[in-house]
Formats: sequence, structure tokens, C-alpha cells
Amino acid sequence: MSEQKNTEGSVQTTGHAWDGDIQEFNNPLPRWWIWAFYASVLFAIGYWIIYPSWPVGFTDKGYLTGVGNTITFKNDKGEDVTTHWNTRALLLEDMQTGPEAMKQKEYLAKVTKASYSQIVADDDMLGFTNAYAKGLFGDNCAACHQAGGAGVMGKYPNLADDGWLYGGSYTQIEQTIKNGRKGSMPGFEDRLSEKQKDDLSEYVLSLSGHEVDRNKAARGAKVFSGEGTCIACHGANAKGNTALGAANLTDRIWSIADVPSAADMEGKKAAIKQVINKGISRHMPAWAGRLSDDEIKLLTVYVHSTLGGGQ
Amino acid sequence: MFKHETIETHAGWLIVLTLLAIGVGGLVEIVPLYMIESTIEKVDGVRPYTPLEQRGRDLYIREGCYLCHSQMIRPFRDEMMRYGHYSLAAESQYDHPFQWGSKRTGPDLARLGGKYSNEWHVQHMTAPRSVVPESIMPNYPWLLKNKLDISDIADRMRALKMVSVPYSETKAEYDANVSKFGKDVAVMLDINRAQENLIAQAQKGNYDGNKADISEMDALIAYLQVLGTMVDFSKYDEAYFVKFR
Repeated sequence: MSEQKNTEGSVQTTGHAWDGDIQEFNNPLPRWWIWAFYASVLFAIGYWIIYPSWPVGFTDKGYLTGVGNTITFKNDKGEDVTTHWNTRALLLEDMQTGPEAMKQKEYLAKVTKASYSQIVADDDMLGFTNAYAKGLFGDNCAACHQAGGAGVMGKYPNLADDGWLYGGSYTQIEQTIKNGRKGSMPGFEDRLSEKQKDDLSEYVLSLSGHEVDRNKAARGAKVFSGEGTCIACHGANAKGNTALGAANLTDRIWSIADVPSAADMEGKKAAIKQVINKGISRHMPAWAGRLSDDEIKLLTVYVHSTLGGGQ
Repeated sequence: MFKHETIETHAGWLIVLTLLAIGVGGLVEIVPLYMIESTIEKVDGVRPYTPLEQRGRDLYIREGCYLCHSQMIRPFRDEMMRYGHYSLAAESQYDHPFQWGSKRTGPDLARLGGKYSNEWHVQHMTAPRSVVPESIMPNYPWLLKNKLDISDIADRMRALKMVSVPYSETKAEYDANVSKFGKDVAVMLDINRAQENLIAQAQKGNYDGNKADISEMDALIAYLQVLGTMVDFSKYDEAYFVKFR
């Protein structure tokens, strides 16, 4: 092709010339690259033979399934199934016999058999539980309850404090995760007068030890047990009801009315009046079905022991 | 020896070999379509989207959600532990276009349905960082403000019908759907009742928490809440799915 000889320090041209002097350099691919290319072609042929490749072929599957490359796994009945190489079978094999999966299974079996108090008492089991459940919590729970379980004021309950709307025992937490919760409080915007709401909010604040107007609070107490029908859910002593998810109003834990961050009494009252007016409607989805019983058990331990449980 | 120059300087060779190269590329794309019967698993429960869900899906595409979110859980242990059962071909058989992908800036959404409450979705779509502080997802506040345009829902379903999604228009098609999906689903797939079905589902579900009107948020959340929920995996032996690979 080339009519020019390669002289030192200059690049060969293809010999074409346009407009008399415009020439095209001829830079051939490096030798090692060419050989690597041929080697890849040979590799591909081997790959076609060993792994499933062509969508046509004279096998009973209707395509080439790969030669001498099978995977054996157990089906749901526990029988051995052998199949040509494919990623679904590979996954099953990995879940059934992979070293990490086996180790995980061994621990899971131990944790499944143990009671909650046994898990917490055993450092080995608790360590496994926390490591496993932290991932589960991050994937599934943290979107609402946040990474450390602190929740979002007014929306998603804080799991790290000592307040438990539906109870903080192991079994109660397990029930909550399994079945989900539908929290609801009706709004009293039209049912109570402004004055009644004002008195009621004074009373509610007095329950948690705030300095309030005693006269107003006394009138509010009557609304609480009378026209407001608050005692139906929050109880006569205002300590709430975990069966209904009604909040304890006598502690200083607030999950919906943002009392702690309000600057003054007016702000605190406004926060409470907002809840009285609008009510609450919150929904936690059920996780049974999405998470296995084992996973729910691990999460329960994590939420109770690591984030902070109750009795 | 056959040289590159021979091809470049002879139009006949160039045409023949170019056609050959394009032909191989074409076959690789076309031949698998004839094998599709053996790749789609036969599972119960997978149905076309209801009119409201379909509108939500259109919004999902309009807003470009697919640029950051895939809807395909791959058959790997780590993916299964995080997202749930790997995606089946059957689960996206009525998706046009499908939402598979491997580009994940946000998490995979193939099994998002039922995972979070409607309230969470509204909050998250309006202001993602108020619930996920480290999120880089943009805010989509207009979804809540925009009223859903439902005037063309029947046409949208007709378009999908042309690419073989079994929405029904005639009595015969409706009857076929009844025997295939059951009566409740078949009613939802009836193009003649598209608007009333859409309105009924939006009012019953009240996805955005506002009963007064049907917003784009209603449609999008209805769609998100059905993702990956149609197949009951407890009914199938895991080995069954392997047969389709």
C-alpha cells in the first residue's frame, strides 16, 4: 500500500494524497492489541460452548444450554434438581449452599429457637441480630422512622425514646411490625368551641407538668372527660391506651404536636390545638409477607434493645 | 490475501459485507422475540394496569423517574435480601415500555408497592429530604397541585391495546378478559368504562389525602402502590421459575 518507507521519527502514510499534499497517516494497531483481539475471539467461542448462548439449537430446550456446565439445587420439596447453567439456579444454589448463606442460616436457626430474653443475654446472638437487623431497618424502616429511629415530628413516631403508642414490649413491637398500624384521632374543629379548645390545650399541657392557668385547665379537664370525649381513648388518667395507640399525655414525650420546639406557651398551645382541630390519620404498612418471621423477630430485638424499648 | 483496502475500494464487497454485519446485529435483536413464549413465566395475578395506575405510569415516564430508578431486581443474593424476590419476565409483560435497567441513582422500585404508606409517598414526593435526609431526589410539588387530565384515558388504553395489552372494547374482548382475569379485573380493563373506573378508584383510594379532586399525585401513588405486588410467590416452587431460563 504505502509507497513511502518508514523513516525514523516520521509516521507512514497510506499513500493517498488529496489536493496534491494532504496525506493520510497510517498508524496500524499495535501488535499486542491485535493478538489480544484474536484471543478474545477464541475465548468467545469457548464461552459459547460452555455457557448458554445461541437462542437456536437442537436441544430439547430449543437453545444451546451449555456443555458440561450444570447447577444442582434443592426445590421446595427438598428434591435435587439439576439444570443447565443459569442465574436463577445459581442464586438458589448460592442461597442453599454458599458459605455466607450457610453461616447466616446457622445463626438464624439459633436465633429462631431462642426467646427474646435469651437473644439479648447472649452477646454472640445479639451481635448477629444487630448487624442483620440494622440492614433491614435501613432498607425498610428508615424511610419513615429515620436511620437512628428518631422519626419525624408530627409524622412518624420516634422509636428511640421511651414513649410507645402501641406498647414497647417485645410481643407488642412484633405485632406492630407484622400487622402494621392505623393510627387515627378524629378532628374536633367543628365539635368544640374556640374557648373549649383553648381550655383543653391548657389542661393537656398541665398534664405533663407545664405551668398553666389553673382556672382554664380546670375547665379544660371538664371538656377532656365531657364534651371532648377524650377519655374514651386517652383514658381518665390521660395515660393513653396501647390497644388503640392513644398517646400518653402525661409524659413529656411528643410525637405529633411539636410542643418541645415551640418558643412560648402560646406556641405550645397552638401546636396542641392544631392536633385537636385536625385530628390524626397515620398508617404503618404491614410487613408480614414482605419480611419473613425470622426477619421480623430480628427487627423486634433491634428496635427494642438497640433503639430503646419499653415494658 | 483479502485486504481491508479491497473492501474499501470495491463497492460490491462493501455493500455485501455491510449488509452481513447489519444482518447479524438485526438477527440478534429479532430472533429472541420468537422465543418469547418460553421465557415468560406462567403465573397468576399479573394483569394490565387499571386506568388510574396507567395514568400514574405515564406520569412516572413524563417525570423521568426511570432515569434514576430501575424496576428490575436481578437474581443475586444481595438484591434479593434488599428488595425481595427477583423480577419475573411475566411481571412486566404489559409494560410498554418496560422499566428495566441497571442505572440506579435511587433504589430499585420493582417491589415498592405496599412498602410505604400513601402519606409517606405524598410527603416524599413533595419534599424528599424531609423523610430521607441524604436523598438527592428532586422535589415534585406540582404533582399535588396539578389536576389529573383524564380526558384522553380511553385513547391511551387504545394505544396500548394496539401493542397487545388486553384492554377490551368489544363484548367478545370483555368476555375473554373475564375468563382470563376474573370479572373484577375485566371491568377495570374495559375501555368503555375507563373514565368512571378511574374516578372511582381515585375516590376510593384517596391516595393524596385530598378527597376534593383527583391530582396527578393520586395517579402516581396508585401506580407505585401496585408495583411488584401482583404475583403471590408463596404459591410457586422456586424451581418452577428456573425452567424459564
